[in-house]
Amino acid sequence: MRGNGSDWLADYDAGGFFCELFGRPGAPADHTLPLQQRLKQIPIDELRRRARSAENELFNLGVTFTVYSDKDVIDRILPFDVIPRVLSIDEWRHIEAGVIQRVTALNMFLHDVYHEQRALADDVVPRDLVLGNANYRPEMAGFDVPAGTYIHICGVDIVRDDSGRFLVLEDNGRTPSGVSYVVENRRIMQRAFPDLLDVFVRPVEDYGLRLRHAMSEIAPAGVSEPQVVLLSPGIYNSAYFEHVFLAREMGVPLVEGRDLVVEADRVFMKTTAGLAPVHVVYRRINDDFLDPLAFRSDSLLGVPGLMRAYRKGNVSLANAIGTGVADDKAVYAYVPRLIRYYLGEDAILPNVETHLCGEADGLAFTLDRLDQLVVKPVGESGGYGILVGPRASSTEREAMRGLLRADPANYISQPMVRLSVCPTLVDAGIRPRHVDLRPFAVTGRSTWVLPGGLSRVALREGSLVVNSSQGGGSKDTWVLV
Amino acid sequence: MSSLLARYADCVFWMARQVERAENLARILDVTHSARSERDRAQDWAAVLEIHSDSERFLAAHGRVDGEAVVHFYTLDAGNPTSILQDVSNARENARTLRPFISTEMWTQLNVFYNWLRGLKPADLAAPERPRLFAAIKQNCQTHAGITDGTFFRDQGWYFCQIGRYLERADQATRLLDVKFHRLSAAGDYQPLEAGQAGALLRSAAGYHAFRRLHPRGMVPAEVANFLLNDDAFPRSLALCIDEVNRLLHELRQRHRLRGGGGALEKLDGIQAALATRPTADILRTGLHDFLDWVQLQLIAITDSLTRDFFGR
Repeated sequence: MRGNGSDWLADYDAGGFFCELFGRPGAPADHTLPLQQRLKQIPIDELRRRARSAENELFNLGVTFTVYSDKDVIDRILPFDVIPRVLSIDEWRHIEAGVIQRVTALNMFLHDVYHEQRALADDVVPRDLVLGNANYRPEMAGFDVPAGTYIHICGVDIVRDDSGRFLVLEDNGRTPSGVSYVVENRRIMQRAFPDLLDVFVRPVEDYGLRLRHAMSEIAPAGVSEPQVVLLSPGIYNSAYFEHVFLAREMGVPLVEGRDLVVEADRVFMKTTAGLAPVHVVYRRINDDFLDPLAFRSDSLLGVPGLMRAYRKGNVSLANAIGTGVADDKAVYAYVPRLIRYYLGEDAILPNVETHLCGEADGLAFTLDRLDQLVVKPVGESGGYGILVGPRASSTEREAMRGLLRADPANYISQPMVRLSVCPTLVDAGIRPRHVDLRPFAVTGRSTWVLPGGLSRVALREGSLVVNSSQGGGSKDTWVLV
Repeated sequence: MSSLLARYADCVFWMARQVERAENLARILDVTHSARSERDRAQDWAAVLEIHSDSERFLAAHGRVDGEAVVHFYTLDAGNPTSILQDVSNARENARTLRPFISTEMWTQLNVFYNWLRGLKPADLAAPERPRLFAAIKQNCQTHAGITDGTFFRDQGWYFCQIGRYLERADQATRLLDVKFHRLSAAGDYQPLEAGQAGALLRSAAGYHAFRRLHPRGMVPAEVANFLLNDDAFPRSLALCIDEVNRLLHELRQRHRLRGGGGALEKLDGIQAALATRPTADILRTGLHDFLDWVQLQLIAITDSLTRDFFGR
């Protein structure tokens, strides 16, 4: 019977993948039963109607990213799927502990890299991989960052395989984005589906407070009421909404490079009353563009002299400069070893098995099995330049073979993880779509992880690429209590 | 005491001006569209171009003044920097910059307003649709003002917003009078007018009914001019707008202990003094145009002075 809510649940087939709502054969997801019950009450037409109005609201609120074509400026929302992705409290505790462990190790690694370089001396990580890395910043050598924290905001990309195991796919320790969608998605869900959200879900709206608190913790010594600012490239940046969101939630000014000046190695912002001191900068500009005197001299986005003020300890930056050396896709392969080295523990969240094409064995292995592996360039983000071997044409594979031989160190390969799925509302009805999870960890003196995180969903049938630039959307992520 | 980023002050000042400008333009287009005779309308369309100093640019693109083309030029022409679409687009860009600062409702309304305007088709400008279209534009601008009034936190930014709004309104009052008055007074500054003639001018400034209340026996051009220049209760008169800017700037400096703005206050005092000491009859005798020209130069100097002192430019 069409229009009957229970209908779509009965028709749904996860296609042999691990399902975030139903679990897997033999291991049903009991913690989602209350949600399943409530979803059954909502006929699919009603679900569509509310989904449309939720997306309208996101557009009108300007919860958008901006796409530029030749002559047009187009605001797009990140497509929002109304069926939430649910984590049980046990699943969440596991993820949370794993993320904290990982961020702790990465911060210790960065301190080591920019000081004694013990891990390099002990051959835990190849010296060249670190010191020869484009994101290694010699300017940071010997400099002590407040609280020893380099990565204040970290977004760890996690996937789940057929057996339901969580695996880390990537560490984002530079300027990870997406947290604004986590909070906005929840707000929209609360408005569109108050009838679903009467189960108790861990709140996400205090992210701004937590972040602001962490920023205060890393203020230069002796500053009791630090002026925090968020430094953005400006309204033409595709993540501008997120910058707005974060500035608003932290209650701090959103500044651009042109609003700041450095005088006598101190940072000031231009106000209506003249120059006012700035103590902490949450910057959403990459290292390269941050200070034309220290890095790229053609940068118009940055602040001349910022690096000197930073090195003098007069201003704190989040994230610190030079963190890119820790979230490199090749260094990633060594993170479990780094965890063991610094913390004496096994990684709570394992890596996806990774082959470094820069090593002879890894290259040979990869070239032999191109039709089974996913090949990724180490320096790219946003899902660009990836070859999904089993899905690629022979021409695409041959092209990759050429690239691998020409510049093997630029690539890693991984087995294709059969990502878990979540029921998702698409034109054809409710269908399984692959999802990942990006929890956000905030670190000042200690690490706090926002409950849940961003669940991205690959909206195209069969697609494993969840990036917004590649047709991905997002879902509200619930951590049940 | 919270500080205000110079660039935010700049953006909020211009956001308010751009919305005010769009509203005034919609008013002018609305009354011009509903002028009674064909001949009047043709002259009036030409006057609209003059008010905005756009005649040359328009004629270069269109060859001759034609109502249809003027309406398009001023509403949906994205290539025209003085069109309503462009004004609202600029206001929205400023609001986008100000999103961390203004209320979500202010941003959302401008965003929806802009997206609606951008989606309009030439068919929506057809003559029978225009009154509804202009009314909707005016209403959107007024909604912006209302939401600002009801939701915008009243620290420094609010002052710059209000100052922008009243400065723009003062500017619009002088332009309107400058272009339309000489047609009203063709037969003499003190010759009684037919209601329809002065009606359009007053209506475009939303002053028709108030004026009738003050002058129930009829109207002469000199009184209309005096009303638009000097009435201290009419919310769009030059005198009221200047008084408001003056008062707001004083209050802003005092409450937020800002040192800037002295230059702007001097110029404001100058305009107030001129309005207070020179009877309208005197201004009309020596030349209304010259006087309005002087006022406009003062208004530009005030903006420059605020820009230097507060906006960090």
